[in-house]
Amino acid sequence: MEDLSLHILDIVENSMDAGATKVEIRIKEDKGADRLTLEVKDNGYGMDKDILKRASDCFFTAKPGKRFGFGIPFLMQAARECDGNFSINSAPNRGTSISASFKRSHIDIKPLGDMGSTMTVLICGHPEIDYLLLYEKNGFSYCLDTEKLKADLGGVPINTPGVLRLIKEDVNEALGTLAKQLG
Amino acid sequence: MPKLTIDDLKKIKEQYKATFTLREGGYRAKVTVHMGTCGIAAGARDVMNSLIDEMSEKAITDIIVTTSGCAGLCSKEPMATVEMLNEAPVKYYSLNGEKIKKIFKEHIQAGKIVEEYALVVGSETAY
Repeated sequence: MEDLSLHILDIVENSMDAGATKVEIRIKEDKGADRLTLEVKDNGYGMDKDILKRASDCFFTAKPGKRFGFGIPFLMQAARECDGNFSINSAPNRGTSISASFKRSHIDIKPLGDMGSTMTVLICGHPEIDYLLLYEKNGFSYCLDTEKLKADLGGVPINTPGVLRLIKEDVNEALGTLAKQLG
Repeated sequence: MPKLTIDDLKKIKEQYKATFTLREGGYRAKVTVHMGTCGIAAGARDVMNSLIDEMSEKAITDIIVTTSGCAGLCSKEPMATVEMLNEAPVKYYSLNGEKIKKIFKEHIQAGKIVEEYALVVGSETAY
């Protein structure tokens, strides 16, 4: 994976397979503490202790007919390469939350990448899911709440191409502005 | 801080109403972009984005674009399956933003399969 936004897309695809109806993506950058934290939380089926233990093994997958599952191991590797941490919490019928942290100034840290595209692809692929994207950087924040946006759109489907394009521009403009202002 | 404004939303609603009256209802085609770990690493997001841009530019609303997981042919990713109404699905392989634009123009809009990019016709899973 070239950037963190692709990892996020990959992890959220797991939430969809787990039948989630709500997914929260939180990205927090803290310059002072030199930390970047990603969190993906869903309300899907969750995992029992046995599956949870094996979720970070790339030769394990819960999908029938498949032999590999690289999504979680890739993110775990990316975090650990940057003096970071990785954790998963899950219980049957109680959803899953995944957290990965990185040392922000680490030379190997991947760029955040195109979060606008990631959100657009997620919304387009599964418009029925409610997504919350919360990006925080040194006290400033940006929030995209598709549940609220759907209400504001008043009957226009959120996966209408024109809407998707606006969402992408909005996310990238907001994150770009914060990056420029705060460094 | 940029935010989707009321004006943006109003404009979208008007545009949608205008295209909605032109539709007879239902969808003409469904495109499934394979978005497994292998697909994402190979560039599936760019493929889907290119498709969304194309649809947005041409104001097309009668095509469903969705995602699925790995189809078991990771070395052929990025892949996409195009299903036209009442026709067998066609699976395309080794795609990029440019190739999907050609498929959009020739297959989805004009009904002619782009054979040079096609892997298989008639099955959703190919393994």
